[in-house]
Order: sequence, then C-alpha cells, then structure tokens
Amino acid sequence: MDKPNKNQPVSRRTFFGDTLRTLSALGLGSLVGFGARKATSEELVWQLDPDKCVQCGQCATECVLDPSAVKCVHAFDVCGYCKLCGGYFKPDAKSLDTAAENQLCPTGALIRKFVEDPYYEYTIDESLCIGCAKCVKGCGAFGNGSLHLQVRHDCCVNCNECSIAKACPSNAFQRVPASKPYLYRGVQRKDFYPEK
Amino acid sequence: MLLKNKTILLTIFIIMNLASAAQLFGIERFPRPQFESDYQQPRMTSPDPRAATYEYIDIAALLAALSVTTFLILKKRSRRGVFVMMLLSIAYFGFWRKGCVCSVGSIQNVAYALANPDYAIPISVIVFFILPLVFSLFFGRTFCAGVCPLGAIQDVVILKPQRIPLWLNHMLRGIPFLYLGIAVLAAVTGSMFLICRFDPFIALYRMGGDWGMVSFGVALLLVGVFIARPYCRFLCPYGVLLGWLSKFSKYHASITPDECIQCKLCETSCPFEAIDVPVTEKPVESQTVARRRLAIILIVMPVFMLLGGWIGSHLNKPLSRLHPTVRLAEQVNNENAGRIYETTIYSRTFRASGETMEQLMAEVRQIEHKYKIGGWWLGMFLATAAGMALINLSRRRRQTIYETNHTHCLSCGRCFDYCPRHHALKGDLVQT
Repeated sequence: MDKPNKNQPVSRRTFFGDTLRTLSALGLGSLVGFGARKATSEELVWQLDPDKCVQCGQCATECVLDPSAVKCVHAFDVCGYCKLCGGYFKPDAKSLDTAAENQLCPTGALIRKFVEDPYYEYTIDESLCIGCAKCVKGCGAFGNGSLHLQVRHDCCVNCNECSIAKACPSNAFQRVPASKPYLYRGVQRKDFYPEK
Repeated sequence: MLLKNKTILLTIFIIMNLASAAQLFGIERFPRPQFESDYQQPRMTSPDPRAATYEYIDIAALLAALSVTTFLILKKRSRRGVFVMMLLSIAYFGFWRKGCVCSVGSIQNVAYALANPDYAIPISVIVFFILPLVFSLFFGRTFCAGVCPLGAIQDVVILKPQRIPLWLNHMLRGIPFLYLGIAVLAAVTGSMFLICRFDPFIALYRMGGDWGMVSFGVALLLVGVFIARPYCRFLCPYGVLLGWLSKFSKYHASITPDECIQCKLCETSCPFEAIDVPVTEKPVESQTVARRRLAIILIVMPVFMLLGGWIGSHLNKPLSRLHPTVRLAEQVNNENAGRIYETTIYSRTFRASGETMEQLMAEVRQIEHKYKIGGWWLGMFLATAAGMALINLSRRRRQTIYETNHTHCLSCGRCFDYCPRHHALKGDLVQT
C-alpha cells in the first residue's frame, strides 16, 4: 500500500474506496470501448426483406401496435394491372367486382380502380391495412408479386427488439441504418431510397 | 400412414417452392401493360423514420434529467423536486418515447455488441447504458430516483408501503442477479432480448400490448402499492450494475445534511428498506470466530465458483431453448419422429427453405456450445454474487449513524423530511 500522505493521512477506507472507484470507472470504460468497436452514430430501424417473407400472417398479430406497423405496399412498376387480381379476389370469387364478399382483404384496404380495358389499378389504403399479407400471398402465387410487405416508419415505434422479427419464421427482419429504411420490390427500389 | 404423411409434405414443399421461386426472381407472369390512356402511375411513398436529430434530443434529455435529479437530491435535498422529475420522466421517456430504448434494456445491446463485432451499436444506446452508471459511480442511484420511467411509474403508486421480513428481502434481492445473468447470456448468444420481452410497463406506456404483459404490469403496480417498487428491487437487472457502482459512489445522498443525532425518526421512513441502522450492541461472537468464518468463505469461494460454473455449463441444453433455432430443431425432430403431427409455421418454413436437417443440427450444436461456455460464466457469476452476499453478512459492521445503504438506496429523498437536522438547517422548525 502507498505511504500515507504526510500532511493529510489517507485512511484505509478512503484508499480502498478510491481504488475501487477508479477500477470501476476503468472497467466501465473498457467494457463500453470494447462494445463500441463498430458503433454507429446512426439510429437503426427494422426492415422487412420481401424476398425472404413467406406471408405467414404473423406481422398482423405479433406487432406491439394494433394495427401493425407492417403494411402492404404496391410496386406499381411490377404490377400487371390484372383484371383478375390474385391479391384482390378470393380464389372462389363469384364475380369480378368490388363486392365485399369477393375481396380477399379482410379490411377492404386494397382499392381497385378501373384504368382502361382490361386493366385495373390497385392501391392500398394504409390506414386500413393490418399487414395480414393475404393479398401478398395471392399476388405472389398468381401474379407478379408486386404487392409486398414493408415496415412503415411513420407507424413503427422502433422497439429495441422487434417482436415480429422474433416471431418471423423466415428471418426476414433485420436492423438497418435509418437512412435506408425500405427494401422495395421492382425497379423502383433504387429510386425510392430517400436521398440523404 | 408414414408414406401418406411424406407425400403430403412433399406436395406442400413443391407448392411452396414454386410460389417462393416466382416471387424470388420476380417472374413477370403478366408484363406491365402499355396504356393507351394518359394513365399516370402513382408513386410509392416512403414515410421517413424519426429524424436523426431526435436521437440527440433523447441523449440531451437523459443528461439533463440525470443532472437535474442529482442536483435536486444532493444539493437541494428536495423530495418534491424529485417527484416532479419522475412525472416528467413518465411523460417523456414513458409515454412520449414509448419506453424505448431504455437504459435497462441497453444492457442487452451492449452485451450483444461485445459478442458480435458485426453489430453496429448506435451511439445513443451506448450513452443510455453508460451515463446512468457513471452518475451512479459518483452520486448514487439518482437515475432510479427520478429518471427511469420504469421506476417512476412504480414510485407514484407507493401508498401503503409494508416492511417485509429481512430474510425474504435478502432472498428476493438475489433474483436480479439471476435475471441479469440469464438476460446477458440470451443476448450474447443472439437468442432473444429477454429484458425487453418481459418489460412489465412498456405495454402501459404504449397503451397496448399482449394481455399477459399488461396484466403482469398492472399486477406489479397493485403489489407496488404495498411493497414499494417491486420491479426495481427484486427484478431489475440494471439495478445490479447501478448498485455495485453506487456502493463506491463518492457523493451519495445522506439522510442527514450534517450530523446524525440518533433520533431514530428516519428508521422506518424508507419504503425500500435501504436504511442501515447503527450497530449498538456488541457482536455476539468473538472477532476470531468471525475472522475464521470469513477465511473459510474466502477459501471455499473458488470451489463454490467452479461448482456454479460446472452446474451452469450442464444446464446448457434447457437454457439454449431460449434460442428460436433450437426450438425449431426440436419441433422438426419431433415431427420427423412422429411424436407430433401438427406442423408449425416455423417447421413448414424450414422445410420449404431447402435447408437440410444436418445444417440445422450443426447450427443447434453451435448454439449449445455457446451456451456451454456462457453457462460456465453464468454459474461462476451467480456463485460469486452469492459468496459476496455471504461475505457482506459476516463482515463486522461498525456503523455509528443512521445511513442509507449505498447499494440499495434509490436516492428517492423520502427520508430527508424525517430528519430534524434537515429542517433545522432549512430553518423551517417552529421555535417554541
């Protein structure tokens, strides 16, 4: 142990206290320094890879928000504008009109609009969409797969651990820098990253 | 029967593969039409995430809240001020920020970053982890007092605090060590963020969540009416770290502003039972007996630690079930062996993915190996914690005044008002 200071004797208690304090500070510093080897100044957000998604429907139920922050988006560039849309109509639809009993979407969030014969435009009312992926499954199975799911960042509360990500059977969720939050289908992918 | 099962599985497999292949490569079954009308294709919208500046606002808010609370406790000695800080914390870190990211949960991000160099941990998370600890090292657990939204919501419901038996208190105080150990293990192995999953109050702050966690939160608050801050004292893993550092804190809040006059008025003022009373009677046992016991504990400690580590490492199989891949492998194995007929979305996705059983089992073995090593650390950590508790019990206390227990005191400032010296110095005692 050090020799006590002549003028102001250091008690054993103070000495131990100071030593432990310094050691704790050093320990904390090194712990954080080691952990922060690849620290980023950017916030991370959750992203859904539509190519990994298997449309299990759990995005609608697992999110801490109700309705879910995962919503269906539409890549118009990829869409075939089909009259018989696998994402819009139930497989056993009696007639190809907008009657509710024919629609696959449980909340009527997918809106069908006539463009010109025989083409129809499909848009999503995100305030109604619950992210159940029924339309995504239908579109992928019978159409071009232009309907796909994305985490909408105006809704997402960015939990430290996304509960959908934990439940996702195909590991389609990952954390990405907040400057590139979306992963869109089709050619628009590159165009629609917000420029930062 | 088995054959039929296999055929069905094969069919499902083929169908799913076809469906996913079509999507994967974006097969254009129907090419984009050439419109004759002047149809304008709508643009996709990309709502932005929270702007990055808000992250710095959060950091600034944390620093400001910690500084103000520390100032209120150490300089102003104002319980009322701390109460206001708690309400602000509930409003900002709770309802406005929806309780995420919090310092308690940031343990896992740091642990995960330590084990996975690929994970880029955001600066804000590091700051949320380190700032309260640094403050604790110098000023005690002022973070718990007025900044932590989890603590604040419990603190405002303390109405009829009851004392609980000492032995029970000591037992329950061990739970956070276990929770911390397992949570860090789960984070390091990339299994799950246990602390976030079982955060009891976040559902209240988000005003929604699964009913299990909501009722757990409400139950804790109801218990909290009688047993003050049950989560903070008997569960919070971050409290373990804060407590360690607070024990060595240089300027910790004290009950009396200057001297203790042994009036005993503060004795029962602490709802958290964090006030150490002076040792008045002479120790029952002689010094030599106590010393010998301490020596025995110190000698037995390494054995104890090894034993703990050995037990921990042998618990790797049940513990590794925290990892989803291990649970998946179990499910698939059970299905293959015909023990379970119902498939889950996870096993179906696995079969559709084309990954082989060997690959899956190799992954599982890797995870179990991680848990084996992690189990050693967990066991040793818990054994050490238990040993330290024993040493603390057998240490001779030489306390002469009523003083806060620096490890367990949450610096809430309730005891200040019970101290006559506090009022004498403030000059609000009525002279008669």
